[in-house]
Amino acid sequence: MERPWKKIKSALPPGWYFMQGDEACAEGAIAAGCRFYAGYPITPASEVMIRMVQRLAEVGGVFIQMEDEIGSISSVIGASWAGAKAMTATSGPGISLMTEGIGYAVITETPCLIVDVQRAGPSTGQATRPAQGDMMQVKWGSHGDNEIVAFAPWSVQEMYDLTIKAFNFAERFRVPAFILADEAVGHLRETLVVKEEVEIFDRFKVPHLPPFDTDDPSGVPPMPAFGEGANLLVTGSTHDPWGFRKTADSAVQARLTERLVRKVQDFKSEIIETESHLLEGAEIGVVAYGFTARAALQAVKSLRQENIRAGLLRLVSIWPFAAEAISALGQRCQAIFVPEMNRGQIASELKKYTTTPVISLPKTNGEVFEPAEIVQGIRRNLG
Amino acid sequence: MNKRIFQMINTQAFPTPFCPGCGHGILMGAVLRAIAELEYDMKQMLFVSGIGCAAWIPSPHFKADTLHTLHGRAIAYATGAKLFNPRLKVMVISGDGDLTSIGGNHLIHAARRNMDMTVICANNAIYGMTGGQVASTTPLGSVTTTTPHGNEEPPFDLCKLVEAAGATYVARQPVATPLPLTRILKKAIVHQGFSFVEVLSPCPTHFGRRNAFRTAYEMIKALRDGCIPVEKAKGLDPAELQGKVLVGELVGAGKKGGRT
Amino acid sequence: MRKLKEGRKKKFANIQINQKWCKGCYICLEVCPKKVFEKSKEVSEKGFNPVLIAHLDQCTSCLQCEMLCPDLAIQVEKGG
Repeated sequence: MERPWKKIKSALPPGWYFMQGDEACAEGAIAAGCRFYAGYPITPASEVMIRMVQRLAEVGGVFIQMEDEIGSISSVIGASWAGAKAMTATSGPGISLMTEGIGYAVITETPCLIVDVQRAGPSTGQATRPAQGDMMQVKWGSHGDNEIVAFAPWSVQEMYDLTIKAFNFAERFRVPAFILADEAVGHLRETLVVKEEVEIFDRFKVPHLPPFDTDDPSGVPPMPAFGEGANLLVTGSTHDPWGFRKTADSAVQARLTERLVRKVQDFKSEIIETESHLLEGAEIGVVAYGFTARAALQAVKSLRQENIRAGLLRLVSIWPFAAEAISALGQRCQAIFVPEMNRGQIASELKKYTTTPVISLPKTNGEVFEPAEIVQGIRRNLG
Repeated sequence: MNKRIFQMINTQAFPTPFCPGCGHGILMGAVLRAIAELEYDMKQMLFVSGIGCAAWIPSPHFKADTLHTLHGRAIAYATGAKLFNPRLKVMVISGDGDLTSIGGNHLIHAARRNMDMTVICANNAIYGMTGGQVASTTPLGSVTTTTPHGNEEPPFDLCKLVEAAGATYVARQPVATPLPLTRILKKAIVHQGFSFVEVLSPCPTHFGRRNAFRTAYEMIKALRDGCIPVEKAKGLDPAELQGKVLVGELVGAGKKGGRT
Repeated sequence: MRKLKEGRKKKFANIQINQKWCKGCYICLEVCPKKVFEKSKEVSEKGFNPVLIAHLDQCTSCLQCEMLCPDLAIQVEKGG
């Protein structure tokens, strides 16, 4: 079935802007067609919300500050079923609270965007300091098997571009999509280039087709909205194609759980995005993402100047995971180093896909990596 | 009238999963009758519910847009849908544990905002679906699976709670008196702003059996005998009101408008 | 028998019980002011004694049975 992509004018006049990462994320959302925001204040994500208040008023959207993060994710999902492209932004503690709601969005196939501007944890941690500690949480936090889409921006430009991309995937696959930012890129001020047009995807509707199952190879059913006379039966219980609860039917549960995973996994090559820097002839691989990738890129350049053949594979998308890219990297490299602002979450994921030694370079003091630290970490391990 | 309500339900979902004599089934009929008497189109309605027996009243029984959400969260989901599409006529139907314990925060904030929605709290004073645990509404002394020697925690007065939070229409009525119940439901639905109806709805299986009610009818009778309409209560002295529950419209149409 | 206005025929109320939906809670039986219903002597497949209409002519169309049935299993056509 043909899926409706379209090009629309950017929400901001095209040109160069100097903007904060959180603000750029809000601008990306508006550009993508987001017209509902529900949120709760939390450092370091509040700026997304504050920008959305202003912009939604300008474009005729709806904003509400809810009583807590659970209220936020709940009203985002409710609004999405009323037809909105809906989002919220929070940090680690908020994701923890929203986790049940994330699972609800998965089983009901509700498109929505959740921005996690990660900060040092666990728990309250260091609210104003960056970290990358929630990489696993967005995928595995909710109970059961959840197939979601997540991106890790490394610049203000990507806070804008990847937000648009994530919204498009949310609508296309009917999943919750995540922007895994961190406090550093969220509070960074940098140039943002806004082009004339933006390519966006709207969820598709086909009247009289069931909204919760399909035989189409895409695995994504059409999605009506409340108020269209579809007599929607949206439920978080296991359900049949029309939404009737089927909590004692094994065949229905098998089919639903398998399709929810397949609809993303079958098309992961269209979602997965990586960026290669200096990987030609590289013997030492560095895998990094988000703000850390900036330091990793510098580190790899420094190492090359010392004739150490290092190269960087930057993960732009995090979930679905770039298994094949890692596998390929492992085949050409003697070792892969993974600097990250956590205790080795993505490093351990890499080990599933390559037998090449993966060396974690964790940093959890609430500060970003300096390129020299990554260089030293690599040199120390090369012996 | 009765013919109309059969067009408003998904008959393939009947007989309902409710226990014999469950008050929620009576409430279901009263809600359908109220909507039919108002001549509202089911197509303009949105029914939102949480988790629990009462949450199964609209889902999947009503032939309309229904949103069966997470435990305690119905009102928050309803808030999002209503804000984005204010033309939807939103009714939240859920139980006392769902709306006032785990969902208490969303309840008081929606009331504070005077959000234009109708919240029907099917209060059976127990957590029925999970086998009969104590709730924030269980009377003192009642036996439940988690208060085997009698509940020692005072229950909420839900109507006072919601009134204090800012609701602009508040009423309480048992399912035992279906005519006043339907009248109140109609007023609550039509009301612009946050309307809250506490419906006293017996659970014969878990509450009744453990607290010396041998049949569903005995619980209906107890509700009839134990509830006093608020207008009638005005003329009585406090001794006569001991142990009785005030029912009727407690907060009438006051503030107009609301957030939407 | 009540006296009727001349020329007016008495129309009896008609009660229908949907035995597929009835769960035998007996609220209707207990609540009816005229004792229209009674329990069958036989136990049904569902495991209870179904409710039967024993005295239809006594029905005053008060509709308490229809409104208090938790299963929408009773429909009353009003008499007059």
